[in-house]
Amino acid sequence: MVDITLRVNGATRTASPEVRKTLADFLRDDLNLTGTHVGCEHGVCGACTVIVDGRAVRSCLMLAIQAAGRDVTTIEGLAPDGGMGPLQQAMWDSHSFQCGFCTPGFVMQATAFLADHPDAGEQQIREALSGNICRCTGYQSIVDGVLLAAERDRER
Amino acid sequence: MKLPLFDYEAPETVSETVELLAEYGDEASVLAGGQSLIPLLALRLARPAVLIDINGVAELSGVSATDGWTAIGAVTREYMAEESERVADAVPLLAAALPLIGHEAIRSRGTIGGSLAHADPAAELPAVARALDAAFVVRGPSGERVIPAAEWFEGYLTTSRRPDELLVEVRFPAAGRGTGVSFQEVARRHGDFAIVGLAASLTLSDGAISDARLALAGVAEVPVRAGAAEELLVGERPSAELFDEAARRATEDVDPPDDLHGSSDYRKKVAAAIVRRGLREAADHARERQ
Repeated sequence: MVDITLRVNGATRTASPEVRKTLADFLRDDLNLTGTHVGCEHGVCGACTVIVDGRAVRSCLMLAIQAAGRDVTTIEGLAPDGGMGPLQQAMWDSHSFQCGFCTPGFVMQATAFLADHPDAGEQQIREALSGNICRCTGYQSIVDGVLLAAERDRER
Repeated sequence: MKLPLFDYEAPETVSETVELLAEYGDEASVLAGGQSLIPLLALRLARPAVLIDINGVAELSGVSATDGWTAIGAVTREYMAEESERVADAVPLLAAALPLIGHEAIRSRGTIGGSLAHADPAAELPAVARALDAAFVVRGPSGERVIPAAEWFEGYLTTSRRPDELLVEVRFPAAGRGTGVSFQEVARRHGDFAIVGLAASLTLSDGAISDARLALAGVAEVPVRAGAAEELLVGERPSAELFDEAARRATEDVDPPDDLHGSSDYRKKVAAAIVRRGLREAADHARERQ
């Protein structure tokens, strides 16, 4: 066990995870933030994607103790009031998802990407999302949702 | 799966790290970005007793230039190198390969030294290092030694780094005027490991090729230099016929692995196609950089 302090969704959290615990399991088990989904547990599916210090990372490929001193954002941090953020709303409006298992990973990856590339086109978005796997949709509706969010953001 | 049990050390300096490596030797694995090692732990393909986490060793991160070489610290994240103007200017072949590594979220954590020390023969960076004759700087109990890329890659996931040595820096020669590059790969999906990849660099002087470097990924246990093709190219003027012949020579002696992603024969054909394509692109790029 190692004592760590980090920021998660704007709040300072202190905990003592086992060294072998991944950030994904720590968020879910120790902080009860079960919005982060754990799929393959070896960095292939993208379901556990969270944002650490402004960059999308796979939380199953990072130890919890490596998040000490970092600023972590999970799906729960996008709309703290329980509603939906602009990207989530655009994805809802585009019927982006079906079963929902991959949703938090896609939303976090797209959030990090749009923050850096607000003018991204379809090809760039497809490339940015290429590390996330969805077994329901065929991706078209997901790409549509991200494009819609980018478009709405530019109009604002 | 969840990760197996291990002891954990998080040194803050290179000398501390080297002491820990001397203490634990091959009982320890060095944890850099973790984008290969953590999956290996999760799948129980690696069972080190101790993880030595070097993410907190600040001196291992950064890009610097020294007379004709660009030195990249081992823990420099792939996205940092991707965003580095110095890398884009001085090592365009590396800059071309970086965006093809894994996916954005992998490059957020993955490191230059980690990928090169992991030495997957289908990965991008080993082919780049082999093509450019990069120099690998390792530090161990008896000091520092510099290992040329030709001697670094010993086999599948195996390098000439000894268990008590730490890869601290990789030096790439800076590309001069007239040097054009191309990184080509064929993969089933963007971000997958390449079925076959090619790192190519051509230098043109007065319209003729004065230096040619070709390294193939995914065709053997280590990245492979296409020496016979390089010899053919030097002294000649770029042409479609020349590049066809270079592609033939580059692939005649390779015996790529067979797996569910592609047969050996298929890999060989793809390799020849990307050699032609890469040489064309590198030659065009070289003309732009005259």
